[in-house]
Amino acid sequence: MDWGSLQNVLGGVNKHSTSIGKIWLTVLFIFRIMILVVAAERVWGDEQQDFVCNTLQPGCRNVCYDHFFPISHIRLWALQLIFVSTPALLVAMHVAYTRHEKKRRFRNGEKIDIEELKNEKIHIRGALWWTYTSSIFFRVVFEAVFMYVFYYMYDGYQMPRLVKCDAWPCPNTVDCFVSRPTEKTTFTIFMLAVSGICITLNLAELCYLVMKICMKESKKTPVLK
Amino acid sequence: MVLVVAAESVWGDEKSAFTCNTQQPGCNSVCYDHFFPISHIRLWALQLILVTTPALLVAMHVAYQQHQEKKLLVLTGHGDPKHMEEVKKHKMRISGSLWWTYVFSVVFRLLFEAVFMYIFYMLYPGYQMVRLVKCEAYPCPNIVDCFISRPTEKTIFTVFMLVTSSICIVLNMAELVYLVVRACARRGQHNSNPSSGKGSFYGHKLSSEYKQNEINQLLTEQDGSLKDMLRRNPSLQEKGDRCSAC
Repeated sequence: MDWGSLQNVLGGVNKHSTSIGKIWLTVLFIFRIMILVVAAERVWGDEQQDFVCNTLQPGCRNVCYDHFFPISHIRLWALQLIFVSTPALLVAMHVAYTRHEKKRRFRNGEKIDIEELKNEKIHIRGALWWTYTSSIFFRVVFEAVFMYVFYYMYDGYQMPRLVKCDAWPCPNTVDCFVSRPTEKTTFTIFMLAVSGICITLNLAELCYLVMKICMKESKKTPVLK
Repeated sequence: MVLVVAAESVWGDEKSAFTCNTQQPGCNSVCYDHFFPISHIRLWALQLILVTTPALLVAMHVAYQQHQEKKLLVLTGHGDPKHMEEVKKHKMRISGSLWWTYVFSVVFRLLFEAVFMYIFYMLYPGYQMVRLVKCEAYPCPNIVDCFISRPTEKTIFTVFMLVTSSICIVLNMAELVYLVVRACARRGQHNSNPSSGKGSFYGHKLSSEYKQNEINQLLTEQDGSLKDMLRRNPSLQEKGDRCSAC
């Protein structure tokens, strides 16, 4: 999986995020993507080869593996990370659109310094505030959905050592053994904890944005009076 | 580097070459899982990631301070690219709140190192990798002998990583002591001779009194209403003893 290109895309978004957004991005890259690539992929690497069933019946092992692991944890986490990073693209697109509009106005004769335009920090207000807030909201929703999918698919967050399988063509109920269940449980809980931390950061950022706009509104009203 | 270059190839076949003296399907997997709940490699990877993370706190704090400096320079009219480059390049002094952040990061590093050494000791008593383990977990039919691959090589690398970890702990402690001693020495010097202020151009600019003066000046220049407010409420002027523009 080419996480480098995702990093390039999100790096651009980092410039226009709040401080909490920057912390979220750091947590995402270091504690989720890096752990996934460096450690988790190794742990789950031999999951099908080392899935052993107590039978010589051909096909039984494949069928049982497919029955108990419809989607591997690794793939689910990769999907989760992609979905969770995607709303930030909305913000990047909005910023690019705003800059494009400014450039258009410059071309139409208004005096705007083009160098300043490239480096200028865009403040999160107006329509961009709504885009940013929606992106955080979607991030929280995706995180929660994936946490639920994990819980539903694997009956909790623990990896059992032994599963009993009686799908055809297994001759009767056979014992099948999962490889490295303890290590997998440890990493599942770790990724779950980091996911929880990310949700907390997103909720904090949401509250911060809402409070900032409320304070700005309350500051404006006395002046108008 | 040792982890990536050497240790990963030593532990690469840890599961495939873990052999038990039985043909009972599943016994291998279960015994492996029983004796190696988390592989050494994963524990070291986690340890390295967690130990390097506190340095990010310091990096974030420095970035925040540089941002403040840049803002101050722009407001005082020194916002040209040359000054901005200087802000980026000059070395930050570890004083004030940055000192506390730095000390906390060193403390956390120490803590993580110690915790991981303890975890290693708990999981793999004595830090030694044995050649043979006896296993009787289901579905193994009775007590079976299981053999670990490359135990001596693994022991050597475990001891090596342990020694490196201890050296890092000693360095962190030395750094902590150095920071504390330097802070005390600086405070002692400051108390005995308050007028001597050595520091970089920016260090001086950022001394709190100078900063307060600058900020007050800028505020009054930017918003004349502050002057009116201060004229109407002289009690506010007490705080502005350092205010040069009032």
